[in-house]
Amino acid sequence: MEQVMSSINLSAIAPELILVVCSLLILLIQSFAPIRLKGWYGYVSLIGVVGAVAVVLTQPQSFELRAIEYSFNGMWVVDNYCRFFKLIFLLGTGLTILISIKYLDNEAMQHGEYYALIIFATLGMMIMSSGAELITIFLGVELMSISLYVLAGYTRNRMISNEAALKYFLLGSFATCFLLYGIALIYGSTGTTSIPAIAKFIAGAGFGGPTIVMGMALLVIGFGFKTASVPFHMWAPDVYEGAPAPVTAFMSAGPKAAAFAAFARIFMEALPSLQTNWTMLIWVMAVLTMSVGNVIALVQENIKRMLAYSSIAHAGYVLVAFLSAGERGISSILYYMLAYTCMNIGAFAVITVLAGKGEQRVRIADFRGLGYRHPIAALAMTLFLFSLAGIPPTGGFMGKFYIFSAAIKEGFVGLAIIGVINSVVSVYYYLRVTVAMYMQAPDTAAEKEIPVTVFSPALVIAIFISAYGVLSLGLFPSTYLAMVKLSFLTLL
Amino acid sequence: MVSLNSYLMLGAVLFSIGAVGVFTQRNALIIYMCIELMLNAVNLTIIAFARFLNSMDGHVFVFMIMTVAAAEAAVGLAIIISLFRNKATVNVDEINLSKG
Amino acid sequence: MNEYISVLIMLFLAAATAAGMIVATSLIGPKIEFADKMEPFECGESQIVSSKRRFSVKFYLVALFFVIFDIEAVFVYPWAVLFKDLGWFGFVEMMIFIAILTIGLIYVWRRGALEWE
Repeated sequence: MEQVMSSINLSAIAPELILVVCSLLILLIQSFAPIRLKGWYGYVSLIGVVGAVAVVLTQPQSFELRAIEYSFNGMWVVDNYCRFFKLIFLLGTGLTILISIKYLDNEAMQHGEYYALIIFATLGMMIMSSGAELITIFLGVELMSISLYVLAGYTRNRMISNEAALKYFLLGSFATCFLLYGIALIYGSTGTTSIPAIAKFIAGAGFGGPTIVMGMALLVIGFGFKTASVPFHMWAPDVYEGAPAPVTAFMSAGPKAAAFAAFARIFMEALPSLQTNWTMLIWVMAVLTMSVGNVIALVQENIKRMLAYSSIAHAGYVLVAFLSAGERGISSILYYMLAYTCMNIGAFAVITVLAGKGEQRVRIADFRGLGYRHPIAALAMTLFLFSLAGIPPTGGFMGKFYIFSAAIKEGFVGLAIIGVINSVVSVYYYLRVTVAMYMQAPDTAAEKEIPVTVFSPALVIAIFISAYGVLSLGLFPSTYLAMVKLSFLTLL
Repeated sequence: MVSLNSYLMLGAVLFSIGAVGVFTQRNALIIYMCIELMLNAVNLTIIAFARFLNSMDGHVFVFMIMTVAAAEAAVGLAIIISLFRNKATVNVDEINLSKG
Repeated sequence: MNEYISVLIMLFLAAATAAGMIVATSLIGPKIEFADKMEPFECGESQIVSSKRRFSVKFYLVALFFVIFDIEAVFVYPWAVLFKDLGWFGFVEMMIFIAILTIGLIYVWRRGALEWE
């Protein structure tokens, strides 16, 4: 591995620059262009996302070289780890935009701001994954969170959406304070916020002292909120339920991956010497997150809320991978986040198809008989739910397999057993939806006639891409594993 | 000269007051004020550290945090206003549509 | 004495700008007199009202924009202090920063958020 150090390097931030230009462009078009052009905002943002993907793939060398390139006086790093995560974020963003176009038409809320905010949030995630310094990461977190607060309340005439925005905003900024206090204490005790410099300082001093352990604990709280891990998960169900469905899809995938990206970079790279201190803490968090998420999901009637608890449970599985650390742990985090992005956004895409104007049909009961009315939508939903439950041959199964085998090899056998039990429990509530779709008849005549209201080629493409991702991750894992293997090494 | 510990204690006390306020207050605006108090406690901590470490970095961080806090305040107030328009209350106990 | 020359020039420019604005408004501005306008303190609100009255939400909006655009000045001060050391590089960077802010302002203006009615 070679290391390059330089100050200003625009090619290192090229994908981010493309996104900035794209979102500012959308705002300007929104300001000056005639109203009939409003159908195009989504496509402009898609072009930006595709451009950013192209640059990430070629920047600065090929994936095989595994170079780490620091720039901007050590504030910014480009390595395969962050590039892999950026591809996940951009995949999530692209799929979300495809889902949103028709949804916004249907709600009569087609505005450029929506896409600009989605892209700003993506930008924040990319900054989080590329930040080599705590304040840079903090700025990324905030750019992402502030955009998401607005997006959660985007359908501003729906009270539940307003509530979601307010709850997300209050708890999110509360969490930010903890994150920031942690950064302050680490800065104070090491005299630096640069991740490599912190690692060097702690390694030199042997033990960082109580201040740094305190700072670490506060960082765990902050990132616990951002990843929606128990006991810091209270916001997630309400926000996921209240936010517009495409926004829920967006924030259940990308931001969670981004939080784990920054979390893992800080803990594996800057604080590996404190591993004994954080292992116990995160062990407890992982067990609680998996169990609470899955158990509460069992009794949910609203499918968005059910998927919110399921998303909490999935954060728990990723925490198991996080604990395993090392080569296997990190590569399984990368693999799982990719699979999770495909399957979760896919499931939300199907929900968007069926929810209808004002999202009237989001109860599990509304899915009754779907298998006969809309066989293809039901088939796609079944695939995504099977993947979420971890049933082969899907990406979710391979992801869980890697996570639990990593945990067993690193000696966390108990944790792996709890994880497997949890994923067996989770099969129940995912199958409930499948059973409703294929084995139950709608109650009333009105329910039988439910039309597919939000249907468009873009949505079909989104569902197709997600389904392809889920299946190929499950059937041909070696292709993706090769990419993952090139990605985690730079972190160690 | 005031010692570093006094500043850190003050920062910690302000942070705790803010954190307790978030849990005990019922008005969304006051909860947000408590969050601002926590942010400023962190600012104080960072400035104190920067002063005693003789590093300029900390001062720049505080600028960044202040700007971010302003952006957050703008968005937060906008969210509170839009909720108030729909519901005519900012009491968080009455904001309870999603339960489960 | 020489180092104070710049301060004097600056004072002069500030005074000239302020005076210029007053003169320009009195020359160019429309002069319509009506009761509200002739009140001693003209701010768009009636002066004698109950103190428990609710303010118009529009004030909030203006305050929000003020906070956003005002706080960016915090970055301009350190830049101004180091202006000479940073040279052209710093100048271009600050211009880009201000250009981005200007796009924000254009957006706010075109979306009609600055209209009072």
